[in-house]
Amino acid sequence: MKTTFLHRPFLYRLIASAAAAALIAGCASTPLDETAAPVADKSKTAAPAPTGPDPRAVARVEPTPSQTIDPLSDPNSPLSRRSVFFEFDRFEIQTQFQSAVEAHGKFLAGNKGRRMVIEGNADERGSREYNLALGQKRADAVKSRLVLLGAGDAQIESVSFGEERPRGTGHDETAWAENRRADIVYK
Amino acid sequence: MLIALGSPAQAQLRVEVTGVGSNQLPIAIATFQREGQPPQDVDSIVRADLQRSGVFRLVDAGAAPMPETAAVNLPEWKTRGADALVVGSVARLADGRYDVRFRLYDTVKAQQIDALSYVSAASDLRLNAHRIADRIYEKLTGVRGVFATRIAYVVQSGKAAWELQIADADGANAQTALKSREPIMSPAWAPDGVRLAYVSFEKGKPIVYVHTLTTGDRREVAAFRGSNSAPAWTPDGKGLAVALTRDGPTQIYAINLDGGAPKRLTNSNAIDTEPVFAADGSAIYFTSDRGGGPQIYRMDTSGGNVQRVTFSGDYNVSPRISPDGRTLAYVSRRNGRFQVQTLDLASGQELALTDTASDESPSFAPNGRLLLYATEVNGRGVLASASTDARVRARLSGPSGDVREPTWGPFYK
Repeated sequence: MKTTFLHRPFLYRLIASAAAAALIAGCASTPLDETAAPVADKSKTAAPAPTGPDPRAVARVEPTPSQTIDPLSDPNSPLSRRSVFFEFDRFEIQTQFQSAVEAHGKFLAGNKGRRMVIEGNADERGSREYNLALGQKRADAVKSRLVLLGAGDAQIESVSFGEERPRGTGHDETAWAENRRADIVYK
Repeated sequence: MLIALGSPAQAQLRVEVTGVGSNQLPIAIATFQREGQPPQDVDSIVRADLQRSGVFRLVDAGAAPMPETAAVNLPEWKTRGADALVVGSVARLADGRYDVRFRLYDTVKAQQIDALSYVSAASDLRLNAHRIADRIYEKLTGVRGVFATRIAYVVQSGKAAWELQIADADGANAQTALKSREPIMSPAWAPDGVRLAYVSFEKGKPIVYVHTLTTGDRREVAAFRGSNSAPAWTPDGKGLAVALTRDGPTQIYAINLDGGAPKRLTNSNAIDTEPVFAADGSAIYFTSDRGGGPQIYRMDTSGGNVQRVTFSGDYNVSPRISPDGRTLAYVSRRNGRFQVQTLDLASGQELALTDTASDESPSFAPNGRLLLYATEVNGRGVLASASTDARVRARLSGPSGDVREPTWGPFYK
């Protein structure tokens, strides 16, 4: 029993390849003399036009998003943007991030079962404790915007890592800009 | 000017002397006579301590050992430029302990001003060297020395490896009190020198712990909703001021270690954090951005009578108050550089203590004469000390890894 089961995929492969071989044989074994028959002769017999679908037709289709796909996993959705960046010692949401924040707010408003954590961060300059508070203020700024857009307070938790978990590990403006950030993390 | 001291024990200590050293007291510390291969180079430790204080200038005493029993020609040492002379010995006793002896002479008055013997296990030789430096410092300046005190700091040794370490005041003899895969922040010594408060992210968010170093016991003392950070001990060691977000914005609260609800001390819609008590318990200094950018403020310990303290520059953080309550140290951004500054609270006189660009976490020595701080060298955190007169800076080389947030412990009885 066990052995049969183990061999079943191999059997399937055998059957599948036999069928494919038969199909190829069916097409390729047309006798040469038959093809030599004159075309005019064929039209005289007035063979009926083939009916039904052309077996060689290839219909081109493109996948359509299924109803069940999570919009959070759609890379083309504004919901795919999960980071908001800030200026030094600032916590205001800049214009270029407002559309993304708006999309998350509307999504939470329409999906009351979804929850997220907003993680505030700061660059390494200045005081670690002040940066912890600044990261919190950035996370809170994103949270209050989401609540204004209809998200429930209980759907969102805001936390701060201050300067303790830098994404950019350099010590220049590029790294600092990357680290002045609030991340939206869905649960 | 950078001086790398040549002895093996302190080979990596770098002391930077800025400005004229004319007020520095010239002292000669002879090579101690050694018997029984002592594991520590006692006279080198004493020399490094005294030099790092900024108060002394070392006069070459030559390589020949001079025990405390040696006859000394004090006028000759005076002629060689030394106002004080130290001689001594380290000898292994029959039971394995070591006896360290020293004599301190005033060459100007041509008299002995101190003579002492310390007997200890080999493991305490370094501590006894610091104690000798403390005696010499106090005899010659009238101020208590801080070399036998300890410091605490945080080291990040990997992507997910943080350590809370305790070391001698010179950065040597480091021991790990806590190792974590999550960030550790803001260590603060209790006045007893045995407990530390700090912030740990080990549960995924900042929580304040109190840790007893002698036993390893630790407990959560602030684990409220939101973030819990910035612990500062009350001068009596019975409570803490902390920064909490339990009611919304980061605000300062008082908590009692015996329990009870936290009492809110600040009431702003801004960031209020980094509280620190004046040593006499009369005030709390803290950082707030209620005026638009971070500045240092002062309030009564009950939360009333808030006054702004710093006005120069648009970014002033991390207040620390000197033990005598007269000087405020803090980090100030000037021309894009973050530097340790002091402010004389009575006169309003400011003094820049460093010329580096990424200074953090100043901490006063318990005698108020030195400040410990973190700075950055080649992208890595290191510890440094500066004399409060801004004349001498030294880099502490003991701790390795990315070192930050030093805090200087209290005197031991």
